[in-house]
Amino acid sequence: MLKKTAAALALGFSLAAALSSTALAEGTVKIGLIMPYSGPFADAGAQMQAGIDLYVKEHGDEVAGKKIVLIKKDTGGPNPDVAKRLAQELVVRDHVDVLAGFALTPEALGAAPVATEAKKLMVDMNAATSIITEKSPYIVRTSVTIPQINYAFGKWAADQGIKHAYTLVADYGPGHDAESSFAKGFKEKGGEIVGADHSPVANPDFSAYVQRIKDAKPEAVYIFIPGGSQPAAIGKALADKGLTPPNTKLLGQGELTMPDAMESLGKNADGIITAFHYTLERKDPLNQKFVAGYKNLTKGREPDLFSIGGYDGMHLIYAALKKTKGDASGDALIKVAKGMSWESPRGPITIDPETRDIVQNVYIRKVEKVDGKLQNVIIDTIKDVKDPLHGAK
Amino acid sequence: MIGNLAVVLFDGFAFGMLLFVLSVGLSVTLGLMNFTNLAHGAFGMLGGYAVVVAMRDLDIPFLLSLPLAFLVAGLVSVVFERTIFRRLYRAGELNQVLLTIGLVFVAAATMAYFFGTGQQPIALPAYLQGYVELGGLRFGAYRIFLVVVALVIAGLLVFGLEHTRFGARVRAAVDNQRVAQGLGLNVDAIFAVTFALGSGLAGLGGALAIEIVGLDPSFGFHYLVYVLIVVAVGGLGSIGGSFVAAALLGIFDVGGKYFVPDMGAFLIYLFMVVILFVRPVGLFGKR
Repeated sequence: MLKKTAAALALGFSLAAALSSTALAEGTVKIGLIMPYSGPFADAGAQMQAGIDLYVKEHGDEVAGKKIVLIKKDTGGPNPDVAKRLAQELVVRDHVDVLAGFALTPEALGAAPVATEAKKLMVDMNAATSIITEKSPYIVRTSVTIPQINYAFGKWAADQGIKHAYTLVADYGPGHDAESSFAKGFKEKGGEIVGADHSPVANPDFSAYVQRIKDAKPEAVYIFIPGGSQPAAIGKALADKGLTPPNTKLLGQGELTMPDAMESLGKNADGIITAFHYTLERKDPLNQKFVAGYKNLTKGREPDLFSIGGYDGMHLIYAALKKTKGDASGDALIKVAKGMSWESPRGPITIDPETRDIVQNVYIRKVEKVDGKLQNVIIDTIKDVKDPLHGAK
Repeated sequence: MIGNLAVVLFDGFAFGMLLFVLSVGLSVTLGLMNFTNLAHGAFGMLGGYAVVVAMRDLDIPFLLSLPLAFLVAGLVSVVFERTIFRRLYRAGELNQVLLTIGLVFVAAATMAYFFGTGQQPIALPAYLQGYVELGGLRFGAYRIFLVVVALVIAGLLVFGLEHTRFGARVRAAVDNQRVAQGLGLNVDAIFAVTFALGSGLAGLGGALAIEIVGLDPSFGFHYLVYVLIVVAVGGLGSIGGSFVAAALLGIFDVGGKYFVPDMGAFLIYLFMVVILFVRPVGLFGKR
């Protein structure tokens, strides 16, 4: 308790110091980026940073007469304590005006109390657990939530006439969210879940789980696993046992067929159906310009969900600053951010004025061969989807 | 049901064989040379990247790039052995552990610098994809290939260390360095070659692992735990021990996840604890 008070006092003093020194910082808006630049999630950090850099490159580093300065802080992974400490440092020592980044839920949850106390706008550019935006009135999300995609996906799957599905999800928070929201949507429309398994988050070999699925002979399999090495590993394990479309329908969140997973899966990816908020191949001038610019910046890497979250997060900050005419206080920024809507490379998006969470289209995509190359082809669009969990208590 | 059991056993055995190739080299260096090399997985990662470069940039077919992975990892490890590791042969375990785990960090950062932080996919030849049907049961083609490779390696190693002149020299150099040196054996060279062999095998393991578990800069950390379990359970310096331990570990891991999925991921640790409780030196350990 004493510790807490001491910390609060320290924060209070330094806040006062920060306020008195904002005069010095006149003419700049500092954005503190908190994300994993190293460690097992370094790739997420790298992609998000590239999205941010692309936006700044395209739109310049000056908004409403202020110069944008980015300060990067590395959490090393899902460490809430580190994220909190970094947020405090950024506010107190570096006098940042906006906290942004947050590839992982623990990072966002760690920093949220600091945003509230310091009254700073906090832009969640990726972390996808529903509850995050409820942790501080200064948080806005420009990425996605897992229930948003999967509840809509479950309903869609049942509407397509799929009756029996087996779910396999990674055994951690987002996996459980995905499992329950998919199952909820699927059951509401008359579907039945015939089996559900949880695999360890860093599971090296999926043959055992796939054999269990095979024994249950479901009509469809729903999969949620984090990106990285696992999408390819599970896809191959399914193919090894002959569980491939069209005999068994494979459903999953978009990570399953991200570009590198698809390259590794080869023809085994054919026919997999995924739901996602961002589709690299979506035919749209804005998106094609985004992809081309991104590849140019990263020397050939393709953008993914982290990139688009970072890119749109920067857009939100820029647009809000324009509206406030350069007033970077948290209260001013959050006020104009509520209800803001714009055309993103992913499609039309809106910040819900009540929940400060993102409202966007969910795209249903199927892997098909286009010009001899497998890619995600959009077969259906569910418009203006909100997170189903906010306010549903 | 019996059919399923056969398939699960086979899948587990194949995964175990992958672990065997990855870890047998460490068992050799740790058991024979008393050098705690936690950077073993980093050499595995190096082999993996060698295959990726060979296949993607040089268009070398998969089967030919596997020996390349062995050579690259082996050669690089000799450079490290000659320049860095040998200074620590007589140092305490803590120094060895600190140095080698530091090297894993360096290796991860180096690979991230050159290849980026993303996954490195490779495209296997068609004959190693999909499955082979035997008596109504489906066995993954690549897993069959893994088992064959691992069995050949195990055979070659046992033969090489037990029945050849070089093997006799290695064992002599390990048992008593000074006497071996006195008898005119070039102990330095023998250690260097043994070290290269162990790391080369790790490189081959890393290359074989891409298809099953993927490859990114954190590979050296990810599989360190599995590799250490295999070595600890099998017993230091025992090739047979590593083989049995890896096979059991793979079967327990896959079988556990199949029959009791809720605690499947924990079973291998339980398995390790029980075995080390009964036999603290490992299944085939001598000291």
